Amino acid sequence: MSEPILSVEDLSVRISGLHILQGVSFTVAPTGVTVLLGRNGVGKTTTLRAIVGLTPPAGEVRGTIRMGAQSLLARPTHRLVRGGLGYVPEDRCVFAGLTVAENLRLAERRGTSPAYDKVFALFPELDRRGRQRAGSLSGGQQQMLAIGRVLLNDNRLLLVDEPTKGLAPKVVTEVAEVVERVAESVPVLLVEQNLAVVRRLARDAVVLAAGKVAWTGDARELLLETALTKSLLGVGSAEVASPSARSELASPAVARKDQR
Amino acid sequence: MGTVILLALTGLGLAALYFLVASGLSLVFGLADVLNFAHGLFLGVGAYGTWWAAGNLPGAGSDGFGFVVAVAFGVAAGTLVAILVELVLIRPLYSRTIEQVLVTVGLSLAGVALLQATWGADARTFPRPDWTRQVTGILGAQVPNGGLLLIIAAVLVLGAILAFLRWTRYGLVIRAGVENREMVTALGIDVRKAFTLVFAIGGAAAALAGALGGVYFGTVSPGQGGSLLIFAFIVVVIGGMGSVVGSAYAAVVVGLVQQFVNYYGTSGLGDICVVGLLAVVLLLRPQGIAGKVATA
Repeated sequence: MSEPILSVEDLSVRISGLHILQGVSFTVAPTGVTVLLGRNGVGKTTTLRAIVGLTPPAGEVRGTIRMGAQSLLARPTHRLVRGGLGYVPEDRCVFAGLTVAENLRLAERRGTSPAYDKVFALFPELDRRGRQRAGSLSGGQQQMLAIGRVLLNDNRLLLVDEPTKGLAPKVVTEVAEVVERVAESVPVLLVEQNLAVVRRLARDAVVLAAGKVAWTGDARELLLETALTKSLLGVGSAEVASPSARSELASPAVARKDQR
Repeated sequence: MGTVILLALTGLGLAALYFLVASGLSLVFGLADVLNFAHGLFLGVGAYGTWWAAGNLPGAGSDGFGFVVAVAFGVAAGTLVAILVELVLIRPLYSRTIEQVLVTVGLSLAGVALLQATWGADARTFPRPDWTRQVTGILGAQVPNGGLLLIIAAVLVLGAILAFLRWTRYGLVIRAGVENREMVTALGIDVRKAFTLVFAIGGAAAALAGALGGVYFGTVSPGQGGSLLIFAFIVVVIGGMGSVVGSAYAAVVVGLVQQFVNYYGTSGLGDICVVGLLAVVLLLRPQGIAGKVATA
């Protein structure tokens, strides 16, 4: 088996007296999508933020995080990102007062040529809406901008936090397709609640429960285990597979892929 | 009519002074979340730097190009002090709000004490060009040139800051950082450099306010920065934290209200009205006129 691109060992995070992560350990494969699952509040976003160095200053982080041979802990966020760790946060976090073009320009780095061709090929709308304020974009367009910003530069690993949250089914499909295409060239650690999207994209799964790793393994196997998904995620796999759940959780394209 | 014009233009002169102090204060708070109570020190350094340079620096003087050199020296001194304050005192304390307040309040008090110990507590006559003591007739009002100079300087500074925010890479970083500093770092940008830059810009504008305030008032004293800082804070809150344009609007409102109410009401009532205005804004629109956006 090839070396993981990211290894997290015994990661503990305390914020304001709350012990959110309690010795979390997992690895991310050097290809494809690894999904981080769990009920609300188990520490998925906290894990991603700890990896990218965004734990609040009042927080305490212990353990080991390595990308390849490089230790990530205690390094400033901007250096981690310049070192190839791309981060797409929950809720997009585009700069609402800046235009689309300015949001993208902000992500440019000195000494490298930004991959506008790649970004505009994936999201032609960003090209057309360059002069529009990002705050006036729809949720889906903002998500495209948030992902596009990160794809302007070469990355060794992408951390993507709930990219389909709050989006319309059609847009969920588009975002899932983009993540799938991106994952062909860059490994992705994905936090996602939409299990149909998870089934489409993820090869490996890490499930957190109460700040600890409760399960790791093949993502599709997990989703087939009704009792397991029910106990770990609060959702039965039958619900995911049912036509009603498909229409709720995934777009037609996602469901079509699921049936293959 | 002449009185109204005079009051309006002297009010705008006061507004210009407030804006020069508040613009930097607003950017520093908007970007770095630092409530800098030592900002008045930069004004004091600018004023005393100009005053000292006019009498001692070769090539500098109280008139003509020599005065420009003296002001440039004062502004450079204020900028340097602002950069040093950020690098040495504030940088280790980011996200430690209480400590920041303690340090900047302490620094402000120490700065005033240092100026007093060096040049005395009494106000000093400020060396200023003769033409700034004269008046210009505008629509029947005899307006002091010192006030007009302040207005012109504030408009130029506003234009320069807006152009900087709009057209430069660092301006873009500052505008983004005012919205979401964390996300700027998550795009691979060392936002601390932008912190130093906004301190430098704020220090330069405040030092210019010190120099031109000396021209406007005709004197310079150690406590001048502190008393102006109170109104600058009010301007920042009314204008919206982080908004340079909001600060400009708020400065105009505060300057005019003060001037008109002090003249037509009782002396000092204008200051109370300004505080009342602050309370109204906080109640009805807590984010201020422009909210937390570094408008370009």
